Amino acid sequence: MKFLFPKRKIVTEATQSFTFSRRAMVVGGLQGAIGAVLVGRMAWISIVQNEKYSLLSESNRVNLTLIPPRRGWIIDRNGRPLANNRTDFRVDLIPQRVIDPEGTITRLAQLLKLEPDEVDRIREDLEKSAGFRPVQVADKLTYDQYAAISVRLPDLPGVAPSQGFSRYYPAGATVGHLLGYVGPATAEDYKARKDPLLITPGFKVGKDGLEKAFDRPLTGKPGAKRVEVTARGKIMQELTTRQDTPGRSIKLTIDAGLQEYAGRRLATQSGSVVVIDCHNGDVLALASMPSFDPNSFSDGISHLEYEMLSKDDHVPLRNKTLQGLYPPGSTVKPMVALALLEAGISPAETVSCGGAIRVGNTLFHCHKRRGHGPLNMRGAIAQSCDIYFYQMAQRIGMDRIASMAHRVGMGQKFDLPFPSQSYGTVPDPAWKERKYNQKWQVYDTVNATIGQGYMLINPLQMAVMAARLATGKQLMPNFIFGAPRAEPAPVGSTEEHLVVIRDAMNAVVNGGGTGGAARSSIPGVMIAGKTGTAQVRRITMAERAGGVRGNAGLPFKLRDHALFQGFAPFDNPRYAIACIIEHGGHTIRNEDAPMIASDTLSYLFDPAKAMEKLETLEKGWGGPPAERQARQMAAFRLAKAIEKGEVAPPADNAADNAANASAPAPPAPAPPPPSPAEEEDVPPPANRASAP
Amino acid sequence: MSVVPKALTEFPWRILGLLLAIAGFGTIVLYSAANGHIFPWAVNQSVRFVIFSAMALALSRVPIEIFARFAFPAYGAVLAALFLVELIGGVAGGSQRWINLGFMQLQPSEFMKPIIVLTVARFYAMLPVGEIRRWNAVWPALVLIGVPWALVLIQPDLGTATMIAAGGVTVMFLAGLPLRLFVGTGLAGCAIIPIAFSFLHDYQKNRVLIFLDPESDPLGAGYHISQSKIAIGSGGLWGKGFLNGTQSHLDYLPEGHTDFVFATMAEEWGLLGGTLLILAFMLLFRWGIRVAMRTQDKFARMAAAGLTTTIFFYVAINLMMVMGLAPVVGIPLPFMSYGGSSMLTVMLCVGIIMAIDRAGKRQSGPRNWA
Repeated sequence: MKFLFPKRKIVTEATQSFTFSRRAMVVGGLQGAIGAVLVGRMAWISIVQNEKYSLLSESNRVNLTLIPPRRGWIIDRNGRPLANNRTDFRVDLIPQRVIDPEGTITRLAQLLKLEPDEVDRIREDLEKSAGFRPVQVADKLTYDQYAAISVRLPDLPGVAPSQGFSRYYPAGATVGHLLGYVGPATAEDYKARKDPLLITPGFKVGKDGLEKAFDRPLTGKPGAKRVEVTARGKIMQELTTRQDTPGRSIKLTIDAGLQEYAGRRLATQSGSVVVIDCHNGDVLALASMPSFDPNSFSDGISHLEYEMLSKDDHVPLRNKTLQGLYPPGSTVKPMVALALLEAGISPAETVSCGGAIRVGNTLFHCHKRRGHGPLNMRGAIAQSCDIYFYQMAQRIGMDRIASMAHRVGMGQKFDLPFPSQSYGTVPDPAWKERKYNQKWQVYDTVNATIGQGYMLINPLQMAVMAARLATGKQLMPNFIFGAPRAEPAPVGSTEEHLVVIRDAMNAVVNGGGTGGAARSSIPGVMIAGKTGTAQVRRITMAERAGGVRGNAGLPFKLRDHALFQGFAPFDNPRYAIACIIEHGGHTIRNEDAPMIASDTLSYLFDPAKAMEKLETLEKGWGGPPAERQARQMAAFRLAKAIEKGEVAPPADNAADNAANASAPAPPAPAPPPPSPAEEEDVPPPANRASAP
Repeated sequence: MSVVPKALTEFPWRILGLLLAIAGFGTIVLYSAANGHIFPWAVNQSVRFVIFSAMALALSRVPIEIFARFAFPAYGAVLAALFLVELIGGVAGGSQRWINLGFMQLQPSEFMKPIIVLTVARFYAMLPVGEIRRWNAVWPALVLIGVPWALVLIQPDLGTATMIAAGGVTVMFLAGLPLRLFVGTGLAGCAIIPIAFSFLHDYQKNRVLIFLDPESDPLGAGYHISQSKIAIGSGGLWGKGFLNGTQSHLDYLPEGHTDFVFATMAEEWGLLGGTLLILAFMLLFRWGIRVAMRTQDKFARMAAAGLTTTIFFYVAINLMMVMGLAPVVGIPLPFMSYGGSSMLTVMLCVGIIMAIDRAGKRQSGPRNWA
């Protein structure tokens, strides 16, 4: 042990006392030094690094919330709003703060009188939602409903009533396909753009139609609200608020009145109407009915409504004006006639129609079994004689007809602000060789001249065709008011030829032709046009022998399409129109294409008179579209309830029913079905038989 | 000659005034920490301060021979209590630091902080002068320190264990043990740290690393230190102003009224407030060391310096912790942090130092005046 203390000092009381004093001073000095170090350390943090920590403290304290910008309006050519925003009292649920979800939803359903399917949607959204992202309970509340929720807030934790803006489409369903709708951004949108605005509650992006095409300009700059929050996320106070900058307005060429009129005039039919200004190609109306109501889509549509829409055989979820492809039928005959004139055939030359003609080893009939007798070009167009065109078309060949078809806009893809369009087919020998590796046959020409076979057109193209036939100019459809555009190229026909065609199309309507139903009710305005019927089924040999069954006796899906294209006034064309009624079958005269087209055109000349007629007619159809759709919805809901073995739900226990109905979870609501891919071609319809 | 009665001149006005200033400031900070309310903390804290001040003054009247005589029995009693806590804890199936006496919860490890100083001081006071450089002067002290240190460490309470060891070792240093013992042990400790680190489990290593860089885990283990540094750093030179601290009032700073009360203060009073507070503590330590240096009695001078150092360790460890220089070990800041037991301990220390001061003045007073 001694080796540890080799040189033992002599320690006395005095030396020990001295050692103590010295060491106590060392201890005191060390304490002072450490104190100085601590002050230095504190100065380092609070002075040198002050900026960094101040920033961190601020980002702790301040929570930045974006205020969604008000969306720009969409207005018509006269400045009338097609889509605007309205102040909106709404109620959301903040999932994080809801204590008793089931009780809260039940209570809200009682207070707001929510429909059972709405309750289902809320419940499902609440389950899917994570944390603080609000779930919409209801919007467009009245002030009384808003107040009723507001006063009960202490009993309803997590319920957040608020005032905001929601998109509103005054014309409802009639602008559904034209404008599209808005909705919350999807997770994919956010992944692609990483814009925090996209996940801000209440912010909506354009989902379809023009709302989607013009989404960026319509979206303004978001405002911002800075709030002070505690570590637990409780809001203490609002600090500053920067107002949002609303998006730009988009002025369309659409005439809001005409658009709505056309939509309503389509009655209960599944059809479309397109009106084009013959002066410059402006699209005045682009109506596809029936349609979803963009107002209900923009609010988050219920399962039930979506299910009803997707099951409807009138396909309300498809924009027929751009995505509907139809055999044009006899509506192509004026175009074919123009090609005949260009090929040097005299309009006076006659063909005798005996009711049928043999091409190869098939017998092609005229729609008039007994035959028309001898007809010149005017008469053939007026009477829509097939035999005349079968014979004449064989003389000039398909290529010249196809060339004219292309020039009047068939098969053409236009530069349009819509997410998708189907642009149909103009068949010719080269095309068939390429597509099917088959030789073009004479019967192909025969089919094409009457708008059957491979030939397909969409309603917008048909309106363009009408406008180009009327003006001889290759007008391009346009949707933006005052957009600069180039002078249209000529179709390439002489004015003389065009006069012949216009005269013949006038005869269709006013000269005892097939389109008498389109005769104008406006004095001094004569409508010219061409009717068409497109078959959707093969006519069997048995039917051929026993006579074709009347369309009225056929199932809806098998009925013929009814078509009409035309313009007015016939001698100085101002407006061109196309109307296609899917499976119309010419069964109801005032819901048939010619009269719908005629009435729609009359609105442009005398809106009051046209409206008066429409209102009279609508009484017979069960009211305007919104009313009819509400009734359809009620019936569908009832049918569903009965299907599930429940009695019809009485209004007062709607919430209980909702609870029961939610058990088998319905499939998640998908956005409207993706539009058909933009293919150059679609398969030719099964039938290649003769047109009527 | 003097008009002022002797009892009044002898009364430790200056040190009481200093303590009153620190504790008063602490009360103001607690008032702010409660969002501008005297309840629940400010009132309790000031009442406690008054009671414990009275206790300290009463202690200052006790002759130091009493402290010397009762040092070992008190050590024995607290050690027994520590064993008892360990037993109860073992029975209850969990770590336990206190005994429930019914009317209060007794935390024996808290008392061990001053008692270890008194006990080791007593040991060296009794040790004959010539023995100081022998082994006999080292091992009994190590045992006296080591047993309670180990008992507290396994509770586990790293902070208190560290303070017990530091208090005891400081007295050993003051007693005059050869300097090379301390230097050698220190060097050996430095050499062992990297080796010991390699033997740690991954999660333990992780903890050490997070302590070294709290920002690497700002939401987990580093949260306390990160938020504390944000509070101090955002205060700047002058602070955000009384009642304007956001870190504490919006609950970002955890334990803003107890262990991290310094950060609450620094946010509102800035570097200025922090420097003044540290200065005040330094004055307190200077007084303690001065008392020790002018005392002749071996036990008394070692006790005074040792107890001063115990208070110093409270302050230093706490401040290093809130400034991110030490891990979070749960040592409160004397007079500032809300809580009774730490104030009781510190006031015991202050009371004993006052008693030593008084005894020293009594002895040397007449001589100085003569």
